[in-house]
This record gives sequence, C-alpha cells and structure tokens, in this order.
Amino acid sequence: MSMDLSISRFWRKKEIIYKLNGAKCKSCGKVHYPPKNACPYCGSRELELVELPRRGKLISYTTIYAIPEGARHQSPIYYGLIDLGVTKITAELTDIVNANSLKKDMEVEATLRKTQEDRDAGLIYYVLKFRPVLVQK
Amino acid sequence: MGRKVAVVGIGHSKFGVRNDVNIAELAWESIKQAFESANLEAKDIEYVSVSNVGGWSGEPLPAVVVSEYAGLTGKPLYRVEAACASGSSAVYNAYNAVSSGQVDIAMAVGVEKMNESPTPTVVEFIGRAGNYFWEFENFGLTFPGYYALYATAYMSKYGATEEDLCQVAIKNHYYASFNPKAQFQRKIDLPTCMNSRYIAWPLKLFDASPITDGSAAVILASEEVAKKLTDSPVWIHSVGAASGSANLSKRNDFTGLEAANIAAKMAYKKAGLESENTAKFFDVAEVHDCFTIAEIMAYEDLGFVKRGEGYKLVKEGQTYIGGLIPVNLSGGLKAKGHPIGATGVSMVAELSKQLLNKADKGRQATIKNGRAIAHNVGGTGHYAYVTILGLDKPKD
Repeated sequence: MSMDLSISRFWRKKEIIYKLNGAKCKSCGKVHYPPKNACPYCGSRELELVELPRRGKLISYTTIYAIPEGARHQSPIYYGLIDLGVTKITAELTDIVNANSLKKDMEVEATLRKTQEDRDAGLIYYVLKFRPVLVQK
Repeated sequence: MGRKVAVVGIGHSKFGVRNDVNIAELAWESIKQAFESANLEAKDIEYVSVSNVGGWSGEPLPAVVVSEYAGLTGKPLYRVEAACASGSSAVYNAYNAVSSGQVDIAMAVGVEKMNESPTPTVVEFIGRAGNYFWEFENFGLTFPGYYALYATAYMSKYGATEEDLCQVAIKNHYYASFNPKAQFQRKIDLPTCMNSRYIAWPLKLFDASPITDGSAAVILASEEVAKKLTDSPVWIHSVGAASGSANLSKRNDFTGLEAANIAAKMAYKKAGLESENTAKFFDVAEVHDCFTIAEIMAYEDLGFVKRGEGYKLVKEGQTYIGGLIPVNLSGGLKAKGHPIGATGVSMVAELSKQLLNKADKGRQATIKNGRAIAHNVGGTGHYAYVTILGLDKPKD
C-alpha cells in the first residue's frame, strides 16, 4: 500500500476530477460530490452530472504535517472543507503563503494543479485544488 | 424492550506494545479474568462476539483463533466491526443475544494488535477510513486531518484554544498514571502538550491517542442467571446506536458528531432519562477521546452541557473527580491507549469497575447515582454507540 494512484482509474474519473462535476438528483434536487449512481438522500437513480460552482467558502481547514509515505515530500498539505453552496467538498488548498491567513468563510476557487507523479511511468496527475480568491481593491 | 441484561464478569489486559503475546494470548488475558470474576467457565458461555478491526495484524479471521485458544470452540461466534466503535458493537451484539432471549450468557471480547505493522502502515490504514478514494488517496486527508477539521470549526465558532484542547490530554494522562493497565502511566504538563509537534494543525502529537495492543472482555447474563451468579450485577440500562455519512463533506455540522448525538438521545430515551443537562444522572463517564477535540465534542453530544460550553468544562476542571462529571478516569483513549477493537469493551469493563467501587486508588469516582455512561465513536463519526450502565435494576 502507498499513496500510488491508478492511471486507469484516474482516467475513468477525469470528468469528475478535472471538471468538478457533481451529481444532481432529478427527484429531490440535492447535489452531491463525489457523484454516485444513486442519490444518497432519496434513493432515486435519476441523476445528472452537473458542473459545481468553482468558488466557495471555507467551513474549516487544517495543515497536515504527518503525511503518508509516497507523498511525504509534499508536507505540509493545506486542506479545506469547502461550502460550494449547492454542496460541500473536501479538497487540498494551494497557494497558501501563510497558514495564519486561513480563516473561516474565506473565499476560495478551484484551480487545476499537479498532485503526484507516477513512480514508474512518470505520468503527472492533476487534480482540482482550491486557492484563496484575491480581493481586488 | 426485551429482557434485562447484566454485566457479571469483566477482564482487561495491559494496554501498550504487546509483542510478548499473540492475538489469542492477548485476548485470553481478558477472557480469563472475565471467567474468574463471573465464576464461570468456557462451557457456560453460550454466545461469543469478538470485535477486531484488523488488517494490521496477522490473523485475518481472529475470532476463531481467539475462541479456540479460550476453549470456546463450538459456541456461536461472530467477528464484528464498527471501526473504533467495534468494541461497543460487540457488547451490543452480545446484549441483543441475551435481551432477545436467544441465550442466557454471552461474552463480548475486544482485541487488537496494531503494532504487528509498522506505524506508517497503521496510520495509512486509519487514513483510509471513510470514502478513501475521494478523501484520502487523491487528496491526502489523514485521519488526524479529519478531526483537525472538526477542531478548527469548533475553535473558530466558540473561541476554544489549543491550550483548552491540551487540558483534555493533561487530565487523561493524570488519571492514566493511576491505572496499571494504561499504556502511558505518566503525567504531562501544559508545555509538554503545547510544545509537541503538529500532526494536523491545530492538533499536536499530545492531542492524539496512540497505536495500541490490548484486549478487554465482558460477560453478560440474563436477570435470572445474573441473580444466581452475583450479588453485585451491573445492569445495562440502554444502548443507543447510530451511524453517519461515509463522506465527511456530507455532514451538516462540524462542531459535533451527529451520529453520537443521535445515539445519545436514543440511549437516554430507552433509559427514561431526559437528553439535556444530563451530567447529573451519572457518577462517571468514559468518552471517545481519540483526539482531545473529540472529548470536548462528546461532552456536548451527550448533553452534559450546551453547545459551545464543552471546552469550558475541561478548562474549569469540571471533568476531574469532584467536578460536574468525572470523565475518562481510566486515562481514556489518549493515555490508557486505543486498541481499536478493544476500546468499547474496555469502556464497559472500566465503568462496571467504577460503579462497583473497584477502580484503582486515585481514580475511583464517588458513586452516588449508581449510573455511568460510555460514548464510543467509530471513524470520524461514522458509527456511534452510547451505553448506559447502572447499579439499580432497570425499570420495567
């Protein structure tokens, strides 16, 4: 076991991982992430993929120092629980210059970033991370 | 409601790094004590429920190994799992077997050998709790990271500080110093906790429970049999059980554990108790302090105090002996240790001891109400069990 990712699995999930697609239930209207084939709230199997808002607010956050083997060089990892309005998501935070700048309700936006490199094939994996929205003054 | 059920025997191994024994020998340490304290032998047991999470230890089917070593071969046997609440699920399973009238004497055994794997492997196993692909593998969210998200949300909403969290660790280490079964029998001070390294900010090494080997066992009996066996049964007044979403992001609130709150309300209702301001009903509590923040949330999820006031309880020393309600006089998961599958069984064994005034010197609660409560959480609020014990026979 390690933090190695599977190339084929990543490929199959690319719509979700790269586009930030959630599933919207046609029956109860709830949106959830990651998408599933059945609604975890009402049980309906009538769902459609919808692109989630790429901006949200931090509900909570942490800075993880103890990282599992395989990704230890990335320590520390900033991590956020983000309210996207229609649903919530947990994701890595990026472009954090100072951990003290992280605050509840801080606005963040999705951005495509490298997460890992395949050890053997050298393939680079990208995921959506969230960065602080720069306030224009 | 089913038949009344009593705890008639308890056993508890030394917690810690137990490379000196294998899993069956470790379980036997507790089973043997339980037999002796109940004055029973293996042949008297009619049902065996073994809780073990495993994965990090060598035996993939531990229940059969444990039961054979203890001379229990032939008995109905289960291995149950509810993550860190597995122990409580084993007790509940055995309780249901007796309560339903299936059997008169049932045993719950919790055992875990986490040190059979290297620490990083164990940490990774725990990190995979939940919906691993979405929260662990892609994104590296570790188990302490989940609880750190709760801690940050709690602290920013209510103003609790890292010092307040450390007070939980200080208290639990203090009581573990009186518990010969505890993994860490030493007191710590505030600088020790505050200066320990961050694992997942705001949680530090001393906010976290350790990797532990250990076992515990309880023998449960029906009213009729309990009367014959002992003058001092400890009754199970009620068990509340609930579950939470696999994904953390599907939860509604991050300042408490919804599943624990649902389980608590269920347990109170079944026991005929109100679900607010509940500390007054109990002499002592064991709560799931896998991280210090979890103990603070437990005070609130159990209704000891209102939302946002949990951290004040520990800050003011109200969860020491003599305070509003003494909590984790065993040392808790934090310092007694957290052998995942054994923890819930250990809580019931510990509280039975407390109620019978048999706890070690320095950590015995004053027993007035004759009632105690155990709060055991699996995962990050994925499973929750609340068990209420009492010296008085439950009302009809």
